[in-house]
Amino acid sequence: MYKQLAEIFKQYEGEKGAVITVLQKVQEKLGYLSKEAISGVAKFFRMSESEIFGIASFYAQFRFTPRGKHAVKVCLGTACYVRGGEEIMKTAEKNLGIDRGGTTEDYKFSLERVACFGCCALAPVMLVDKNVHTKMNLSKVREVIKRYQGEK
Amino acid sequence: MVTLKIDGMKVTVRKLSTVLDAAKKLDIPIPTLCHHPELSPFGGCRLCIVEVQGMARPATACTTIAKEGMIVTTTSPYLEKLRKTILELLLSDHPNDCMVCERAGDCTLQELAYFYNIRENRFVGEKRPFIKKDENPFVERSMEKCILCGQCVRVCDEIQGVGAIDFAYKGFNTRVCASYEKDLNCEFCGQCVAVCPTGALTGKMWAHKGRQKDIEQVDTVCPYCGCGCNLTLHVRRNEIIRVSSKKDTINEGWLCMKGRFGYGFINSDERLTKPLIRTAPKKHSADSGQWTNPPNNPPTPPLAKGGEGGFERGGNGGVDSSLLTPHSSLFREVSWEEALNFVAKRLGEIKERYGADSIGGLSSARCTNEENYLFQKFMRAVIGTNNVDNCVRYCHSSTFAGLASVFGSGAMTNSVPEIENHDVIFVIGSNTTETHPIIGLKMKKAVKNGAELIIADPRRIELVRFAKIWLQHRPGTDVALLNSIMHVIVKEDLIDKKFIEERTEGFESFKQSLAEYTPEEGERITGVPKEDIIKVALLYGNAVRPGIYYTMGITQHSHGTENVYAIANLALMTGNLGRESTGVNPLRGQNNVQGATDMGCIPDFYPGYQKVNIPGIKQKFEMAWGVKLSDKVGLTATEIINAAFKGKLKASYIMGENPVLSDPDVNHTIKALGKLDFLVVQDIFMTETAELADVVLPAACFAEKDGTFTNTARRIQRVRKAVEPPGEAKEDSWIIMELANLFGYKMRYNYIGEVFHEAGKAWPAIAGITYGRIEKIGLQWPCPTLDHPGTLYLFKGGFPRGKAAFSTIRYRPSEELPDNEYPFLLSTGRQLFQYHTGSMTRKIDAINKVSPEAYIEIHPDDAKQLGVNDGDTVKVSSRRGSIDIKVLISERPLKGMTFIPFHFKEAAANVLTSSVLDPIARIPELKVCAVKIEPIHQI
Repeated sequence: MYKQLAEIFKQYEGEKGAVITVLQKVQEKLGYLSKEAISGVAKFFRMSESEIFGIASFYAQFRFTPRGKHAVKVCLGTACYVRGGEEIMKTAEKNLGIDRGGTTEDYKFSLERVACFGCCALAPVMLVDKNVHTKMNLSKVREVIKRYQGEK
Repeated sequence: MVTLKIDGMKVTVRKLSTVLDAAKKLDIPIPTLCHHPELSPFGGCRLCIVEVQGMARPATACTTIAKEGMIVTTTSPYLEKLRKTILELLLSDHPNDCMVCERAGDCTLQELAYFYNIRENRFVGEKRPFIKKDENPFVERSMEKCILCGQCVRVCDEIQGVGAIDFAYKGFNTRVCASYEKDLNCEFCGQCVAVCPTGALTGKMWAHKGRQKDIEQVDTVCPYCGCGCNLTLHVRRNEIIRVSSKKDTINEGWLCMKGRFGYGFINSDERLTKPLIRTAPKKHSADSGQWTNPPNNPPTPPLAKGGEGGFERGGNGGVDSSLLTPHSSLFREVSWEEALNFVAKRLGEIKERYGADSIGGLSSARCTNEENYLFQKFMRAVIGTNNVDNCVRYCHSSTFAGLASVFGSGAMTNSVPEIENHDVIFVIGSNTTETHPIIGLKMKKAVKNGAELIIADPRRIELVRFAKIWLQHRPGTDVALLNSIMHVIVKEDLIDKKFIEERTEGFESFKQSLAEYTPEEGERITGVPKEDIIKVALLYGNAVRPGIYYTMGITQHSHGTENVYAIANLALMTGNLGRESTGVNPLRGQNNVQGATDMGCIPDFYPGYQKVNIPGIKQKFEMAWGVKLSDKVGLTATEIINAAFKGKLKASYIMGENPVLSDPDVNHTIKALGKLDFLVVQDIFMTETAELADVVLPAACFAEKDGTFTNTARRIQRVRKAVEPPGEAKEDSWIIMELANLFGYKMRYNYIGEVFHEAGKAWPAIAGITYGRIEKIGLQWPCPTLDHPGTLYLFKGGFPRGKAAFSTIRYRPSEELPDNEYPFLLSTGRQLFQYHTGSMTRKIDAINKVSPEAYIEIHPDDAKQLGVNDGDTVKVSSRRGSIDIKVLISERPLKGMTFIPFHFKEAAANVLTSSVLDPIARIPELKVCAVKIEPIHQI
């Protein structure tokens, strides 16, 4: 694992303050922060694993489990929320069989909540990967998810 | 200094002191939960808030620096209201299960809730759920009781230097955990448990054994390594239920895993409780003699994969049946009267028939000074021989032979508290953090204070993480390494000419001898890059307060004494002796190996290093003891075994030693002991040695008697009786006295302190020490008079022997180096969790859980070449024998080198080791021998 990340580490040799940046790069590369990755980062900075984990777990941006192939994001920002975002989320949860923040067992989907995509006029909004699905209702949610589930 | 006013009282404190420090000086109580004097200020609990005139809001006393003229108020209705609110908030998320909490009565949070009378909570709400998933056998974590004071996080990082835990997540979900919320997998020192102010962290093994009621606390000294940590035993109904340590002790309340959790052996069911006399005929089966994979079940079946008796392996030696039988079929239980009469009769007969010198005694570094004094007195005055030795032979006889002849004393020159003030620490051949954990902590603290740490060790030991330079020299090349360092020191003119002139002799010829040890030559022999040799020479040569620390890596060689001489030369030429935090420090491996040696349990010296073959001294002791004494220097421990093997020694009295496992070449030792006409073993357990005995006498352990231990830094400290011995087990001192009396030699003391007093009369260096003076804190010898404060460091102003002599030492290779047939170098040693032959630590389930079995450390490259994987079983053989053992692939040893800890009887490292002796000190070469490794292909 250390070798796999060596390229990232190389750029930050001697920079003690770069823990978060390095963690971001590692996550970018691996999709999440694995135990081995945390241990590699700890070794690089000569810090303890628990300290690196402490830093990483403080921030919402870091994930400790692998993400699914498709990232489903439901907006629960103010505009979406008042237009029933919570119901959209619940439907997504039910159809994917996971809670928000989770990943399906087959690693096909991850479900996250986000706060505002900046297209409040089209609320409620749901994203699958980079595709924005707007003015959602419950049946549209089911339909979109089914479409992705059906793909091979 | 700054002066400030707290609650109307003036106080002057040092600059950069905190308001909390100042209040403490005035004895004004300020409540705290996250503060610990040895840890960095945290300011997290906010309970220590005070009002400072001129500051708009209350400030935390623990993080506010005292300033000149400050006016501070520590209590007011406003502050109390805030404090109460803080407590209510803390308690809003607390289970409040004090009824069943292990810490009730000893919990800061509970105390504060009581003082602030918090009954109902205004803030009751959501609680953090925690799922306990601790499998580790030591630390119980009930994190729902955690108040996030962070003391455990800081102690683990700042004191222990491990960082096993930290804060994770944020806000309401913040918790203290290991990375990924894994179970703890650390050194299990329990420092976190010691500092936790609530019931969040407790010891697993003390659960439901008793809290505060009916608990008696007894202060004593740890029975494990030579650090001499002060322990407080918590006793309930004649059982030790917990161990703690006080903050105002030499170890500042810090302990290692063995000290804190390693007390289970005291209450073990396996303790010897009755005297035993052998009924089964002695099988000289040892002659057929292979030490084999062990006898009776090992303490815990270690991770036996597949469930099939992992130890009954074919091929590598059949199990010796005499060792397999439970001891009830070998011995019968007898009364003390019968046992002692039998011992006296047999020893008497043998003395009569073969002479006193046909009997040899091995004393114990685990026993007290008083018992060691009596033991050697018994051997010398009652039996009439100087054949008495202790395990110092196997660890530091070369130190003694080396340092005593150069300086006039072979003890540590400095004391433990001085360690933190070194500016350079040179550790050579000592895995300090595992073998002397609390001294290891001091070294880490010194590094934190800015000291440069130099490590010379063939293995990547834990201290390497803290080191400025690590010299990974080949095992056994210490002389070449040290000589080339000294070569550079001479070349760079970093020698202390005044010191050499005034206090040493023989420098010039010694200097010549260094000429050939250029850094290049050093690199060739040791494998250490010459640049590093030069760097170390400059570091040590320029240091103001350097300390050298070494242990078995230096001493346990066939040239161990020469290694020690080389170290002495290094300190002498740089004048680094006789000052505070400056000196040469051999760390002693056992709790009282210093004391056993001081007390004369060595064949050439009476108590206090007074030679047995100097007529005047002999006369003095003849007067004191009222009998004629022998002036013949006795046999050393290693020679006792050899003499037994040759049939010259007929009987042996072994107190608290287990030479079968601790001596090199187990098969040889078993054969030797099997040849004795009579063997008495006095121990707390049926050790491998006791199994060979004719009579086994059950002894009391450290917690069951009064006396003193002398730690590695010459500090004599009180050992106190906390519980009664099991069954009919007796104190060693009682046994020796009874035996002496049966021989018609009067040994009567009203209480054990009288023995110490008698030793003091024989040896002036401890004449000023009385039990009264060391009631609370021990004293370091020399302490010749009752008003003498003890000696912090040695050789201030001169050496006892006058001028110290340089010794010309040339590098010579170890006796048995790898060759084609035995291509690997084997080194043996200790590991953190176990202790010596395991007769104590392996009785403790919790310890066996984290350290279940023996292993051989093999470098990854070698493992690849051998085609073995982690956890595979291999057969390791030397010219002396072979064992089957699990592989641990590790980057700790050098390529071509292997390491086996010697604690495990089922894969006894000493089956393999060579019994080649150092010609001067007679110490065996346990650190270097040649072995071959063969994979065992399991069917």
